[in-house]
Amino acid sequence: MSAQAGPGTAKGDEIAPTTVRVTRADLVRYAGASGDFNPIHWSDRVAGEVGLPGVIAHGMLTMALAGRFVSAWAGGPAAVRGLGVRFTRPVVVPDDDTGAAIELSGTVSGVEDGVATVVVTAKFDGRTVLGKATAQVLLPS
Amino acid sequence: MVDQSLVGRTLPPTAPYLVGRQKVTEFALAIGEGDSVCLDVDAARAAGHPDVVAPPTFTIAFVLPAIEAFLRDPEVGWDYAHMVHAEQSISLHRPVHAGDELATTIHVDDLRTRAGSHMLTLRCEVADTAGAAVATCKAVLVTQAGAE
Repeated sequence: MSAQAGPGTAKGDEIAPTTVRVTRADLVRYAGASGDFNPIHWSDRVAGEVGLPGVIAHGMLTMALAGRFVSAWAGGPAAVRGLGVRFTRPVVVPDDDTGAAIELSGTVSGVEDGVATVVVTAKFDGRTVLGKATAQVLLPS
Repeated sequence: MVDQSLVGRTLPPTAPYLVGRQKVTEFALAIGEGDSVCLDVDAARAAGHPDVVAPPTFTIAFVLPAIEAFLRDPEVGWDYAHMVHAEQSISLHRPVHAGDELATTIHVDDLRTRAGSHMLTLRCEVADTAGAAVATCKAVLVTQAGAE
């Protein structure tokens, strides 16, 4: 386990796992901040009409949470130079005070020229919601 | 018409998007990013940045409206209402910070149509007003075929 990226970061290092909760209020806030007002992220009626089990989180919010998870380990967002994901399953966010729990973990898959590649796992309800999620982190020298 | 004639097309660059300090802060708070370089200009400058630093995915937030404008063009014929965001990547050539004025140029890299679905790959090149590359964002978008 490595709490922070550093010059000694090596393949196989793990980032301490964390759980992030996403509530309806978070979705509203993200909609405003990002400008993505698609109603499937705030209306159960519209979400149901398109066949979803309920309001779902913005894929870009889940991606941003993965980015934040990496950024905390990297020593700040300026060190995160790449981020790529596949959106494999929706994160359904109930209309309650606890919301949906997203479990994040990460492993360094390689280091080259001072850049670490991190493979991130994001799970909701025990199932992966981001596929092939990787980040490139500029390591401090 | 969604067909192979789209592939290889490059759109004109968008008008520059001015990255606002408050917008960066608002976005950072919305994703729970509490790093002071995103929230406090003095902390950002003390860390060597010209202004507050945007979280990596902030770039997508201003690239997506450019994609939407392109795909909602009736001449393109994309079924935007049933679109699903399948993949997204971002590669930053440098961090984005408040004060940047960034233009986005969309390139249609690939289109695959099978089993009643279109899968479109768009590469969005983000550059500053001096023309220097700042970010490359790739989006893979899927929608149903046949509605156009």
